[in-house]
Amino acid sequence: MDLNILWFILVAVLFIGFFILEGFDYGVGILLPIMGKTDTERRVVINTVGPVWDGNEVWVLTAGGAIFAAFPHWYATLFSGFYLALFLMLVALIIRAVAFEYRSKAEDPKWRAWWDRGIVFGSLIPAILWGVALGNMLRGVPIDADMHYVGTFFDLLNPYAIIGGLTSLSMFLLHGAIFLNLKTSGELSERALHLTRRIGPVTTVMVAIFIVSTYLMTDSFSRLGVNPGPIPIASLGALFAAAYFVHIGRLGWAFLMTSVNIGLSVITIFMALFPRVMVSSLDPAWSLTIYNASSSPKTLTIMSIVALIFIPIVLAYQTWTYWVFRHRISIESELTY
Amino acid sequence: MDVTILARWQFAITTVYHFFFVPLSIGLSLLVAIMQTVYFRSGNETYKRMTKFWGKLLLINFAIGVATGIVQEFQFGMNWAEYSRFVGDIFGAPLAIEALMAFFLESTFLGLWLFGWNKLSKGVHLACIWMVAIGSTISSFWILVANSFMHQPVGYVIRNGRAEMESFGALIANGHVWVQWPHTMMAAICTAAFFVLGISAYHLRRPLSEAGHDMFRRSFQIGAIAAVIGVVGVILAGHAQAQYMIQVQPMKMAAAEAIWETEDPAPMSLFTIASTPEQRDLFVIKVPGLLSFLAYNRFEGAVPGIKDLQAEAEATYGPGNYTPNVFLAYWTFRAMVGAGFAMLGLAVVALYSVLRNRITSSTAFLWLLIPAIGLPYLANATGWIFTEMGRQPWIVYGVMLTSEGVSATVGVGYVLMSLIGFTLVYLGLIAATVFLMLKYARQVPGEEPQPSKQPSLRPAPAGD
Repeated sequence: MDLNILWFILVAVLFIGFFILEGFDYGVGILLPIMGKTDTERRVVINTVGPVWDGNEVWVLTAGGAIFAAFPHWYATLFSGFYLALFLMLVALIIRAVAFEYRSKAEDPKWRAWWDRGIVFGSLIPAILWGVALGNMLRGVPIDADMHYVGTFFDLLNPYAIIGGLTSLSMFLLHGAIFLNLKTSGELSERALHLTRRIGPVTTVMVAIFIVSTYLMTDSFSRLGVNPGPIPIASLGALFAAAYFVHIGRLGWAFLMTSVNIGLSVITIFMALFPRVMVSSLDPAWSLTIYNASSSPKTLTIMSIVALIFIPIVLAYQTWTYWVFRHRISIESELTY
Repeated sequence: MDVTILARWQFAITTVYHFFFVPLSIGLSLLVAIMQTVYFRSGNETYKRMTKFWGKLLLINFAIGVATGIVQEFQFGMNWAEYSRFVGDIFGAPLAIEALMAFFLESTFLGLWLFGWNKLSKGVHLACIWMVAIGSTISSFWILVANSFMHQPVGYVIRNGRAEMESFGALIANGHVWVQWPHTMMAAICTAAFFVLGISAYHLRRPLSEAGHDMFRRSFQIGAIAAVIGVVGVILAGHAQAQYMIQVQPMKMAAAEAIWETEDPAPMSLFTIASTPEQRDLFVIKVPGLLSFLAYNRFEGAVPGIKDLQAEAEATYGPGNYTPNVFLAYWTFRAMVGAGFAMLGLAVVALYSVLRNRITSSTAFLWLLIPAIGLPYLANATGWIFTEMGRQPWIVYGVMLTSEGVSATVGVGYVLMSLIGFTLVYLGLIAATVFLMLKYARQVPGEEPQPSKQPSLRPAPAGD
């Protein structure tokens, strides 16, 4: 295995970590007004992700940095090409970050209502846009011979990408609802269970539609880099397993299954892309690959050493964080946010 | 309008805004860690209250610093795609390492610290705030490694049509890093010190409960010590940096001093009104030989002037304008240095009043320390504007022009739209930040009668 492949895998790992962790943060954020009927309830909902959301978000910053370091052309083409979409996403993330921290720091109900809207907006927009972005990456976008994106913002809003956006939204909603069931108690936990049961079937249908439309609307499966084989089906299967575990009341297992669903979905997408990182819809030869978009072997070597030391350390202390904050939160808890 | 100009404005606005908050996060996390360490070792409740009080302000500041930092990670790809392609092999590495080593550390442990007061043992909880302080310091190092490459490119070869890394060690050992990073770190300590001094002074100039007085008196002491260390450090590091810059970026220093002709010995301008298009002085007050002294520690030695440097650059790089905006360089440099020396005076007086145990004897001085909170902010912003504007027209000094680095396919409309968008969002957020800062800076812990309007079943936690 060469270093280019290693870095392709590492970027996939960063995105898996990001979508599993930040996925429930987005779900929790979007469900905030539905879950929390009173201010205290809303505070409980926010506090379920309070200690961890910031650390979760760093996964995407690191993915961005890793793409820059390992595949500079991917970084340049992706972010200059998806310009307005990325701008929207950044605004959403900025507002969300500040909203979590500032919301409960003043008592005025209007102040809190505005920040609550910020949390919903800041969670909803990225939850959709990630699916749109990944959909477009699979489908291919107009990239010319010089690796320049030559489309517009509206080229990104094609039906397939929108199906992708709705699919990611539904996955994160389900993931978040199960997380809320696990992290709250009493009436809130019941409410989250109720939401889980309603969102679950929608998510399953959306994932199925996305898989079918990937066959119909893209050529991903006909010119695959690596055939993902049963992985997309296993991803769908994890959702059925999640439904089963919700049914028998084992929500911890259901959460594991939605995590598996998200992880396998990311793996499917990356395997379908491989060895390309940006597919050109104009000419397959113009696609960016892990070879023509990459850094020099020297940089990849240095970055590999750094990543292989620090990713395990990060995983260790973040796991410990989840252990420290493993308990359920109720309206009687001491609320920090 | 020109895409390059808009992209530069966007970078300037988002980065100066981001850096408005970063130094306080770096410096204050260190001071809070020190306060909590004293609490941990002595068990003195005053230090616990101090930790919580300053910690709350740290969190408000940290949140906006982190939020505005998100843009920085992606902005190079959005607006500076050609730059990213050209230097990504070198420039991406420190950014990725920063995220891996520092961002995870500070974000994860800040969450642990904030939510962990009653969940972690005292020692582990203390370690968390140290991790935040260490993380933000590591972060500043790696981003300045990246930035230094733009000022003094080292350890690279031009290969495959781009700059490729030749030596990672050279990137870290870059002399520019080792003058700029100490200067920036000391500036961060200054920022936090004057923040603590100003807010403590605000409280100390009026009657306080004994507990409140004790808390702000001790905060004032820590602030005064940190201020002296920070200001002396920042001036010494700045001096070393200026001497270094005369060697590696003589044009920047010539612009900072608005010296048109090479002179030996070179006088230093205290105040110049110049006609920049004609490149000549209209009115000037000079101290003979001072600039030579500052540059070489002796009252002789030629300091190259703008005209000679421009001719030299044209001989090397071909026709073009290689002179940065002299007006801006001259005045931002003076604002930075002026603010630095004003801080030096205030810091010395503050430390003197601490040593003589007469902190509260002069209400006027305490009053003066409140607006002085703004001095480090002025110096931080003008310092960065100076150093980055002084690099122009280069994006990588001597290697790539700024106009060559901008994204090739991003239209003016997109950049303009995002520029307006970010600016408006940032204006809204700064209003919220200032509102919360004022609210929490005014509250004396333990004295605010604060019945929460919300029917919570337990009293609101005093700390966080």
